[in-house]
Amino acid sequence: MESFFVRFRNALVLVAVLLAQTILLAVQVRDLRGPSQADGRKVTLLRSWAAGAVAPFERVTALFGRGVRGNWNNYIDLRRTRQQNAELQKEVARLRLEQAEFAEDALQGRRLQALLAFREHYVNATVAAQVIGTSGVDSSKVLLIDKGADFGLKPDMAVITPDGIVGKLRDVFPHTAQVLEIDDPSSGAGVILASTRIRAIVRGGPDGRVQIGNLTADSRIKPGEEVLTSGGDQVFPRGLKVGTIESIAPDRDRQLYTLIRVHPAVNLSQLEEVLVITGTQAELPAAAQQDLAAGDAAAQQIKADAQKAEAQRAADLAAERLPSLTPPPNADGTPAATDDGASGGDPLHPPTASVKPVPALHPDRYSPGATPPAASLTPGGNNPNPAAAPASQQSAESPTSGDGEGSGESAAPRPKKAVTAEPTAGAAKKPATADAAAAAAKKPKTAPSAAVPAAKEPQR
Amino acid sequence: MANRSYTSRRELDEHTFHPAVAVLVPVGFIILQALLPRPFPKLAILDLPLIATIFFAVGRRSPIAGTLTGAAIGLLQDALTNQYIGINGITKALIGYTAASIGFKVDVESITTRILMIFAFCLAQSGLLYLIQGNLLGQNIQMLWLHELLRAVVNTLIAVPIFYLLDRTKSDV
Repeated sequence: MESFFVRFRNALVLVAVLLAQTILLAVQVRDLRGPSQADGRKVTLLRSWAAGAVAPFERVTALFGRGVRGNWNNYIDLRRTRQQNAELQKEVARLRLEQAEFAEDALQGRRLQALLAFREHYVNATVAAQVIGTSGVDSSKVLLIDKGADFGLKPDMAVITPDGIVGKLRDVFPHTAQVLEIDDPSSGAGVILASTRIRAIVRGGPDGRVQIGNLTADSRIKPGEEVLTSGGDQVFPRGLKVGTIESIAPDRDRQLYTLIRVHPAVNLSQLEEVLVITGTQAELPAAAQQDLAAGDAAAQQIKADAQKAEAQRAADLAAERLPSLTPPPNADGTPAATDDGASGGDPLHPPTASVKPVPALHPDRYSPGATPPAASLTPGGNNPNPAAAPASQQSAESPTSGDGEGSGESAAPRPKKAVTAEPTAGAAKKPATADAAAAAAKKPKTAPSAAVPAAKEPQR
Repeated sequence: MANRSYTSRRELDEHTFHPAVAVLVPVGFIILQALLPRPFPKLAILDLPLIATIFFAVGRRSPIAGTLTGAAIGLLQDALTNQYIGINGITKALIGYTAASIGFKVDVESITTRILMIFAFCLAQSGLLYLIQGNLLGQNIQMLWLHELLRAVVNTLIAVPIFYLLDRTKSDV
């Protein structure tokens, strides 16, 4: 008997080791929790020991890495900072506009939710944590963070970044915790497609990519559609960004279903810091409420500005189309005063344009006003060349020739004259001008400017 | 008592390691394996604990030592993942036993043998993991064989220089 154990001791040791580990596996499988759930107490103890042994090294390494990166980023690699700053300021301005646009929708949504007694969950408490390590196995998408039960973390708490969701806490140790990423094959999250409002489950594929595999073919689902958390899994609050649909293909293993690849909103392979959601509330947090109020105020301001701009644009258009519009005459028949200050605020009565002829440096027969009036010309006669004539003679002739267009113009500068008040304007324009003036006289002077935006308001 | 010839192959090739080396190298490899994929995600394809298991098993030429070393390394590796504890333990225990047993038969100091051996053990580990997870645990595992082949190649390329470095820590019996 002794010789048997001596002879086969190698194999016996192997069998014993394998048997012990198989029993260990059987104990874990019996729990039926699955790899996505936290372990039982005894297994957690083993993991806790392992994490406790490895975590100090990982903390030191992470600290060192952060120091090196911080020195590089904050002191050395500042070449594009100014440009980035300008770009970010532009983005902030753009986002403010977006925020203002969304604020109104958000307020409306909240009012509707209140009407329907729908209880929303808003994130109100988070714990920031540093990622200090990974599982080291590419089939297991697990991160180790530097916060644990001492910061109030518990299993199944959602882990996010400002860009989107990361995963959930699996095992929580006293000073560290394991995060199960959404691209792990054993993970899962309830999601909703943003535009089609189709609910689904997102999980990690065998190739380590995030995918949706429980939907049948639907022509409404298109690549590029945003995927948000639905809140149905009781882990992630509703409305957090998961990613965007990357591709849609038939599932080769299950004929009826489609395999939808989702590009995660978060770069899961290079995470530095994460936020663990430790609390939610039904009311919007105070800071968010302030932002919403600011956004709403900005939206109102933008709307008022838009209305003003629209009114101004309508006035400009009216001014362009009715260039000879004159102010309505007074009751006694005298022409209305063309005071700029009086008509400045009336879009339908813009200040009239005035002609300011540019004097010719070297007047010739083609210069404005150089042609003598037709009445003074004698057919077959010796018509003098006005360009050659002395300026005094031309100026003396011009008042006598006031019928023709452009008559009376001289090379010398003339006083400023309003086109609309020009008595020598073309005869064809006179009726139109008179009609417009008569139509304008029938209306109150301020009515048109108020009527233009008011008429467009219902269309918005 | 067995009367060994001093010039037997086993005694010539059998080595021991300083306890610090025997403990710190596997632990260091496991920590490195957990750290490297964070800044360099592609390095998750490496399996430094497997390289340590093969090296110590081959170096000691003792199947029992190889089994226990492999089991310990695998269990520690499992504890850092979300997988059931024991999957890598069983796999690496078998690899350690086999590697130590092979050490009796062939010259594992030759570079060609090392390359073939490491490549074969990497593939064997992938197959064992597939069997354990798919058949023993009933998990729905899809094996990407091309990826596993690539993993075997990469690990072989990394393991050869590591073996030469670790050879310096050997001491004869």
